[in-house]
Amino acid sequence: MQSFDLGKEGLRALNSSLHALKGQTNMTAWEVINPKGAHAIAAGVDAPVDITVRGSTGYYCAGMNKQATIRIKGSAGPGVAENMMSGAVIIDGDASQYAGATGRGGLLVIKGNASSRCGISMKGIDIVVHGNIGHMSCFMAQSGNVVVLGNAGEALGDSLYEARIFVRGTVKSLGADCIEKEMRDEHFAIVEELLRRGEADHKAKPEEFRRYGSARKLYNFNIDNASAY
Amino acid sequence: MTEFPKTPPRFSATFTPAINAEIRRAAASGIYDIRGGGTKRHLPHFDDLLFLGASISRYPLEGYREKCATDVWLGTRFAKNPIHLDIPITIAGMSFGALSGPAKEALGRGATAAGTSTTTGDGGMTEEERGHSKTLVYQYLPSRYGMNPDDLRRADAIEIVVGQGAKPGGGGMLLGQKISDRVANMRNLPKGIDQRSACRHPDWTGPDDLEIKILELREITNWEKPIYIKVGGARPYYDTALAVKAGADVVVLDGMQGGTAATQDVFIEHVGMPILACIPQAVKALQDLGMHRKVQLIVSGGIRTGADVAKAMALGADAVAIGTAALIALGDNDPVWEEEYQKLGTTADAYDDWHEGRDPAGITTQDPELSKRFDPVLGGRRLKNYLKVMTLEAQTIARACGKNHLHNLEPEDLCALTIEAAAMAGVPIAGTSWIPGRTGF
Repeated sequence: MQSFDLGKEGLRALNSSLHALKGQTNMTAWEVINPKGAHAIAAGVDAPVDITVRGSTGYYCAGMNKQATIRIKGSAGPGVAENMMSGAVIIDGDASQYAGATGRGGLLVIKGNASSRCGISMKGIDIVVHGNIGHMSCFMAQSGNVVVLGNAGEALGDSLYEARIFVRGTVKSLGADCIEKEMRDEHFAIVEELLRRGEADHKAKPEEFRRYGSARKLYNFNIDNASAY
Repeated sequence: MTEFPKTPPRFSATFTPAINAEIRRAAASGIYDIRGGGTKRHLPHFDDLLFLGASISRYPLEGYREKCATDVWLGTRFAKNPIHLDIPITIAGMSFGALSGPAKEALGRGATAAGTSTTTGDGGMTEEERGHSKTLVYQYLPSRYGMNPDDLRRADAIEIVVGQGAKPGGGGMLLGQKISDRVANMRNLPKGIDQRSACRHPDWTGPDDLEIKILELREITNWEKPIYIKVGGARPYYDTALAVKAGADVVVLDGMQGGTAATQDVFIEHVGMPILACIPQAVKALQDLGMHRKVQLIVSGGIRTGADVAKAMALGADAVAIGTAALIALGDNDPVWEEEYQKLGTTADAYDDWHEGRDPAGITTQDPELSKRFDPVLGGRRLKNYLKVMTLEAQTIARACGKNHLHNLEPEDLCALTIEAAAMAGVPIAGTSWIPGRTGF
């Protein structure tokens, strides 16, 4: 395992070492020690490597990740895994605002709670949160799946497009154009698979979840809906 | 009985026929007017400034012999690979979606042939555009449609869009009729639905976050690319200062004459400031921070001629950007399509319903039949010609002022024709030494 002391060697050296990996290397396991809440740790990685960050991270850890599996052995600051393309990001602790924002692929697992705007504007990413998610989560979420084992805060799925939201606990309120929808077989299958991949299959069963999605009433402007805008 | 003359019909200056028509339209439809383009109102503009030219105290340069350079470096503050352009007139961001693929190709062709850059837009980077643009600026917008690290790395610069002049504080809007399969796919959304681009970025708020966002983008691209921050003309002094503080290499400042693909008319006409009022404020912020010419300033919004370019640069800009003018050079609103403009209930040079996707010139549309009318090779050549003419015009003025580089133009070369323009531009009214707001009468 390659061990990288962020406190000693600095962010630029870390990210340029990680960017130099092009998938044809034997250095597939990395450990980052002394992260001390630094920003942009392992942002822009594009190789099938495993990176373990031993501690908590600042903003935008694993931003735009492709292929890599990044484990955070602590909590993550705002915008973790923002715009992720593929790969996986697994956080042992909590995640701050905008976790997985605009993510286009891959899997984000938050074993603690996620703050507000989790999955905002998401475009294909899958997100599994073992705890709760904060207000305005999945705002304008376009596609992908969110599985929440705990509760959701206010205005869940406001102005939602085609993303699917599965919540096991309570939802404080739904945002504009977000409604509860029927759980069909394909949805149980999605939740089952995401619980397994999200290391949560021992914590919950698919039949415990309810599904929320877009009512699709705001897809084309209609003056009769003006009060919703 | 004596007949007295009757009072002739008199139109109200408040309730004009145009205003009344809009009231009737609103009453009938129940929805505000959406259109493309920038403000159409009369504003203090570059036309209200004049160059003084050389005289006994300053001597001119010979037009056909003595050199007047036009090149510009952008992104010299932090980027490993700053951009060098032959001319200081860049092409502003316009989205694929708002424009057709061939139109984006033509912008790339024309800009490249003229030695300048072009810019993506809301909707991601297309192959047409990347392939035909030697220097391509990749916009990083609130919607993040199509955003990905590969395109970030194959861009020559990154422009974080905070706002635009046509609608500072507003997001984008691409109505369902322009959402083809390709546009929908690039934006990860279903076909045919209205696509609202958010007005705020999803993962940062305020200048402190922006600084960290810039750090992330620099890390992802190994500190190679210049990072621009684009703001609409709202609070140019503070926005420029905060952009510099957040770590921008370049500030792009867009006045309210700048265009949009589609926005509410009330937004376009009533929010933001004219570019003339914005430039001196931004330059002052850069000067106060000791960053003028170190962080470059690109200004846009109503740039039409080489005279406008020269005036913007004399006020302290490093470069300008054109959008609407570039579309007109390509063939937008050309009277050759007058018959079809009439069918759409408008006329050439006034057509602004670009959001409907029925552009007779085939530029602001995704309709395959209409798009075929537009030849990207010819369009590119026309844009190159226009850029060359603007450059020659700006050089003509600079030489007359005795300047061997466009960047040597200065506010002292200018005077104003109106009190408003003098106050905004910070130059004296012609024939006086009076700068309203700065010097006593």
